[in-house]
Amino acid sequence: MTASTAPIATDKLTALEAEGIHIFREVAGEFDRPVILFSGGKDSTLLLHLAIKAFWPAPVPFPLLHVDTGHNFDEVIEFRDNLVEKHGLRLVVALVQEWIDDGRLAERPDGTRNPLQTTPLLDTINEHKFDAVFGGGRRDEERARAKERVFSLRNAFGQWEPRRQRPELWNLYNGRHRPGEHVRVFPLSNWTELDVWTYIEREGVELPSIYFAHQRDVFSRDGMWLTSGPWGGPRDGEEVFSKTVRYRTVGDGSCTGAVESDAADVRTVIAEVQASRLTERGATRADDRLSEAAMEDRKREGYF
Amino acid sequence: MSDLLRLATAGSVDDGKSTLVGRLLYDTKSVLADQLDAVERASVDRGLSTPDLSLLVDGLRSEREQGITIDVAYRYFATPRRTFVLADTPGHVQYTRNTVTGASTAQLGVLLVDARKGVLEQTRRHAAVLALLGVPRLVLAVNKIDLVDYDEATFAVIAKEFTTHAAELGYAEGAVLAVPVSALLGDNVAMPSGKTPWYSGPTLLQHLETVPVAPDPEDVPFRLPVQYVIRPRTAEYPDYRGYAGQLTAGTVREGDEVVVVPSGRRSRVERIDTADGPLPAAASGRSITLVLADDLDISRGDVIASASHVPTATDELDATVCWLSEQPLRAGARVLVKHGTKTVQAMVTELGKRFEEQTLSSVDAPDALQLNEIGRVQLRTSEPLPVDDYSVNARTGSFIIIEPKDGDTLAAGLIGATLPVLGNAALST
Repeated sequence: MTASTAPIATDKLTALEAEGIHIFREVAGEFDRPVILFSGGKDSTLLLHLAIKAFWPAPVPFPLLHVDTGHNFDEVIEFRDNLVEKHGLRLVVALVQEWIDDGRLAERPDGTRNPLQTTPLLDTINEHKFDAVFGGGRRDEERARAKERVFSLRNAFGQWEPRRQRPELWNLYNGRHRPGEHVRVFPLSNWTELDVWTYIEREGVELPSIYFAHQRDVFSRDGMWLTSGPWGGPRDGEEVFSKTVRYRTVGDGSCTGAVESDAADVRTVIAEVQASRLTERGATRADDRLSEAAMEDRKREGYF
Repeated sequence: MSDLLRLATAGSVDDGKSTLVGRLLYDTKSVLADQLDAVERASVDRGLSTPDLSLLVDGLRSEREQGITIDVAYRYFATPRRTFVLADTPGHVQYTRNTVTGASTAQLGVLLVDARKGVLEQTRRHAAVLALLGVPRLVLAVNKIDLVDYDEATFAVIAKEFTTHAAELGYAEGAVLAVPVSALLGDNVAMPSGKTPWYSGPTLLQHLETVPVAPDPEDVPFRLPVQYVIRPRTAEYPDYRGYAGQLTAGTVREGDEVVVVPSGRRSRVERIDTADGPLPAAASGRSITLVLADDLDISRGDVIASASHVPTATDELDATVCWLSEQPLRAGARVLVKHGTKTVQAMVTELGKRFEEQTLSSVDAPDALQLNEIGRVQLRTSEPLPVDDYSVNARTGSFIIIEPKDGDTLAAGLIGATLPVLGNAALST
């Protein structure tokens, strides 16, 4: 490389960060009521980190929205509340339980609430008239996500229409939408799981403790290590073991599995991710195993 | 060397492009076991004897059902030397729309041909679109080389024909490489093939790993389209006012004299802020916040630029457009133009030329531009825009055309006479 006095954005993480910040600022400039989807997971925590950097020294000019299945890990909720307080953020919580209680949703026979999040999400977007909704989705996660734009238009029913996507050219994002429509925005589109972790290490981003190795009572179901919680526990014949595990993704406890791991800090997690032979969703998410097009189908309905 | 390469792939139907992309992912171990399991299961369901690697790529239900790729997909793979962002652009349905989209961010284009068929009309058109968008380098992957018995002469004829065509489009010899590959069997994709002893060049992956990426020119005057004005109005920062944006050209340094477009007001860079602390200088591509020495009225859509080189703003745009909408473009159309961070009203005052995609010839003063057609237009904008020629700077020389009613993206626009690149030969009048 030629000598230069200027700090040039050639390294990959700096370039990804610059792109993410640019996306946040475009939305702040073009939309009236943006919101950041926030679950307390690593991708949404990274989203928030980028948002804070994009508007520093001003506070983040959008609230957070958590669609709460009620099937959370305590550590994650505590982490969420601490982060909200530390940065003086506004948090909107949509409790899936309320939708079940008043009959707008019915509990599924398998007890999983991940697929139930779509209705509360869309209802809350409508109620608050959110016009831009930031999500932590990455194109490397799944085949249907690989086809999604950074600015992804949703129709008045919140649905994704893959065949009617707008072409996305250069970095000229088009946020135009009609009343009732909204745009999902994915600032991490071009990041990979490894990029996320190496950036977390570089920036010293704090994460919920369940991402790192800890001792936990788990039982095996459908090839995943599940743990007891508000979503239920082992069924007859499901033996409980105490294992050293960590989580690669954070979701509904009923369908998010732990992986056996000794990776207790970010550096060892990175080594593990580099060596892994399974995707994070394939390893630990039952909801993606339903069919070849499980994610596409959920996205069409308006899922994250 | 840059650790990131953005590339776009293009090919005709059945050239095996999805298989090639699948092969790149597979051979760089970017495909993890569960994804491969899913492909193997799906391949068995379809009655195939070997895993169909294209299933790694074709993500939408209708794509798998029809066995075709419909929409641009983005893929990520890495080797110890480089990370790759690959825009996989389908060849048949709406190919200009998809190729233009993929090429708009690409530093290299990989074109695929079937060794049995050679260079097709569509190959030429894809190359022309990549040239139009200013993609600096091309690779021709001559696929299915196994089906022509690894015949050197067949490859040589195709390679020669393509490099000649690329030269006519303005590509220097060193900017174009032809590689004989079998995506199905893996020959010369990531591993050198023992069956092409006559080929001494790099494998496709070796080439992608080592090809130089042109850095952004540094000796150009800097530009910062203002995205957002940061005004905390907090106890700690009661009077802070910073102009946030991503540098689209040049390098800005603390103390630089600046001019604001369109107001023409001048000031000086007091500080280049980031959340990690101030920088002495920042180059093209960085997202920064400028604090100026004077209180000026600056808002989103304005451009802060080097005072040593004041950009000329114009409300008459002479541009090449790639029309991406089913609704045809006619002279007199009222549209929106987004350039940088500014969106303005505009009218199409004249349709100058249309470039025929089938014949790659041009027609003067056409009645309309249809979906996937490329043409020269004149636009008048409601406010002057500080544009550059696309061939000088793709970031400040590009714009999109938006339908005012429903907000759809109608066209990709390139400022200035970029078509001579094509006009030399392929698109001559």
